[in-house]
Amino acid sequence: MTDATAQLTTADGKPLKAALAASLARSRRRAFLLVAPLFLFVLITFVVPIGQMLMQSVYNDTFSTAAPALGKWFDEHPPGSEIDESAYAALASDLKLMKEQKTSGSAGTRINYDISGSRSMFTGTARKADKFEPPYKEAILSVEKKWDNPNIWRAMRSASSPLTIDFYLAALDMTRDDAGNIVSVPEGQAVYKMLFGRTMMLSLAITVICMFVAFPIAHLLATLPLAKSNLLMILVLLPFWTSLLVRTTSWMVLLQSQGVLNDLLVWLGIIGDDGRIQMMYNRTGTLVAMTHILLPFMVLPLYSVMRTIPPAYVRAARSLGANSFVAFYRVYLPQTLPGIGAGALLVFILAVGYYITPALVGGADGQLISNLIAFHMQKSLNWSLAAALAALLLAGILALYWLYDRIVGIDNMKLG
Amino acid sequence: MTISETDKSFVVFDHVQKSYDGETLVVKDLNLSIGKGEFLTMLGPSGSGKTTCLMMLAGFETATHGEIRLGGRNINMVPPHKRGIGMVFQNYALFPHMSVAENLAFPLEVRGMGKSDREAKVMRALDMVQMGAFANRRPAQLSGGQQQRIALARALVFDPELVLMDEPLGALDKQLREHMQFEIKALHERLGITVVYVTHDQGEALTMSDRVAVFNDGRIQQLAPPDELYERPKNSFVAQFIGENNKLPGTVEEYSDDKCLVRLATGELIDATPVNIRKKGQETLVSIRPERIEFKPEMMPPGAHMISAEVLEVIYMGDIFRTRMRVAGSEDFVMKSRNTLGQTKLHPGETIKIGWHPQDARALDPM
Ligand SMILES: Nc1ncnc2c1ncn2[C@@H]1O[C@H](COP(=O)(O)OP(=O)(O)OP(=O)(O)O)[C@@H](O)[C@H]1O
Ligand SMILES: [Mg+2]
Repeated sequence: MTDATAQLTTADGKPLKAALAASLARSRRRAFLLVAPLFLFVLITFVVPIGQMLMQSVYNDTFSTAAPALGKWFDEHPPGSEIDESAYAALASDLKLMKEQKTSGSAGTRINYDISGSRSMFTGTARKADKFEPPYKEAILSVEKKWDNPNIWRAMRSASSPLTIDFYLAALDMTRDDAGNIVSVPEGQAVYKMLFGRTMMLSLAITVICMFVAFPIAHLLATLPLAKSNLLMILVLLPFWTSLLVRTTSWMVLLQSQGVLNDLLVWLGIIGDDGRIQMMYNRTGTLVAMTHILLPFMVLPLYSVMRTIPPAYVRAARSLGANSFVAFYRVYLPQTLPGIGAGALLVFILAVGYYITPALVGGADGQLISNLIAFHMQKSLNWSLAAALAALLLAGILALYWLYDRIVGIDNMKLG
Repeated sequence: MTISETDKSFVVFDHVQKSYDGETLVVKDLNLSIGKGEFLTMLGPSGSGKTTCLMMLAGFETATHGEIRLGGRNINMVPPHKRGIGMVFQNYALFPHMSVAENLAFPLEVRGMGKSDREAKVMRALDMVQMGAFANRRPAQLSGGQQQRIALARALVFDPELVLMDEPLGALDKQLREHMQFEIKALHERLGITVVYVTHDQGEALTMSDRVAVFNDGRIQQLAPPDELYERPKNSFVAQFIGENNKLPGTVEEYSDDKCLVRLATGELIDATPVNIRKKGQETLVSIRPERIEFKPEMMPPGAHMISAEVLEVIYMGDIFRTRMRVAGSEDFVMKSRNTLGQTKLHPGETIKIGWHPQDARALDPM
């Protein structure tokens, strides 16, 4: 135990630690270069858009850039100040600017988020902005009387600061009162919280139904002889190969009030012709169609776990004195938990974000939060609110994922 | 039935047949009676139906025909969990999501035993296999040999009278296997349980068993204690399957009830004991163990026939010499002679005379 152990060296005399680090660094570098293109791809296609979405949900400068003078006026006058001639002067100068730069439409849209009908006020007034002379208040009010509505001014005040949490407030059914305090929106206008709740409940229901339906299918798949299980597997995968629209439409054909199932029930005399059951264009429609579409995502992870469970375990349990129910419950079921966990997480997350099927078969009653996000993206063009809703959804899912990890453990999950 | 009769036939297979597909019989007319406290081994090549028999006894497969009795009671319709049979599986089948102690407590729990009784019994069973320190480990954290012990303890913890083991040592290395053979045998003797053991390792079968049932092609070829199986195989399958064997094909020249003369293809005559030949002129296969061959005339009984052999190869194996010779045209005739002081050294190329006691050569059916 002399110098030889004090510092180990390689054959040509380099210190062993340095040589090891050098050789590892080389392989690390190579590995990094290999994954670099994919890493960049993921960065550009996922991280950047999601970051942009998060940004958009708290930052919207369409109004503040279109109306700099008003921004200045709001800065100088605290909330609750009287809307005086100086305010209208600022408004008049901004309207002129908007006319020059053709931004009255987008600025109006931004205010329209809060007060519907205000977009036309902007475009209409801006069109005549060149002719405004002092006193501006009268000039503007003569064009459009609604400008003296204090709500418009409150909305413009909040829109003139680009960085805002107002979209999150809106997404949580909250707003600001005259003094700028955060309050709940009046009963009847609240939609989002209820929709978030409904989305969670429906997704949970779909997940649970999928679990119960998929379990026997996966078990059969895992235990049947190969030739038969392959056929069954094709049946399970068939939904993947047919268009989503075709599948959804066929559910319509089956379930609508003049549809196959109702006709059958009437024909059998179980229900009267006037008592046809409404199974489409409501929550039931969403539930049925989405369960069908998401079922394979539960079957596949379950199947891949079940296939690896040797029949010897259940046999061992039986030989030790457990009847078939106890053997299933105490020995087989716990071993399928990784598959159940993976399938449930997959189905739940997919269901929470699902959009086409509820849009087609959900009616008014079966709409989910994603349908509202789509609405704000495409119809109302309130992208910031859409982004805020999407961000809340993402946060909710991450919270659930964290909870799942704490309770079940992500390592215990087996996706395939 | 009297007590002694149920004791002698604790487990009975009565004309049992089994087919999986309705076309071929995997087990053909099995008749077997196992005594209480006996250690019976089912030995046979792969696919001979050993596991199938065990599974029928455990209740996981149903007999297509015939009756299986346990303690005098027909158990054909009794479900596995009501048979009270302990079982050790080939890959142990320890429940991976339970600790060692929970695994052992499982059979006691489903029998409704109280917690304190359960714990005491589990500890006793663990101590029995010297695994007391591992109660809280998961099966995945144990070595193969340790898992084997736990599987054994779990099969024994609920005091079954009958324990089935399907190749329990198949996954262990040679040394550990020999050690575990010894331990299983010791447990069997200490607890007085009946054991039905399946293996395709003949060494294991011979060292552990009271009786061995040699399976081939769905039938028991011979059911006998190990020494009888080795020394007096009833047919050429058994002779070949158990231990090393020299085979000499020939025709029966002279025949009496306890002795016969066989003429080899080369024209030489050898002595043999008739086993399953009935008359003169029949084709036969004479089987002789390598260690029963003599090459010194003074060791031979008077009047015994000797034939010539050419030494091809002598291998020194420490305790014995293994000599390969050309005999009656066959080049893989083997003789084993003990390495004793003053043993005659043989050299390749030498031609010697060999012979044997007539009862060591068994004239069997030709295969
Ligand atoms: N579940 C089954 N379905 C159909 N055939 C089977 C089944 N199990 C076993 N067999 C067939 O029955 C025969 C006997 O099988 P068995 O498992 O009893 O053999 P074994 O003696 O235990 O062999 P090994 O030493 O390889 O374990 C084999 O030919 C096998 O192919
Ligand atoms: Mg087997």
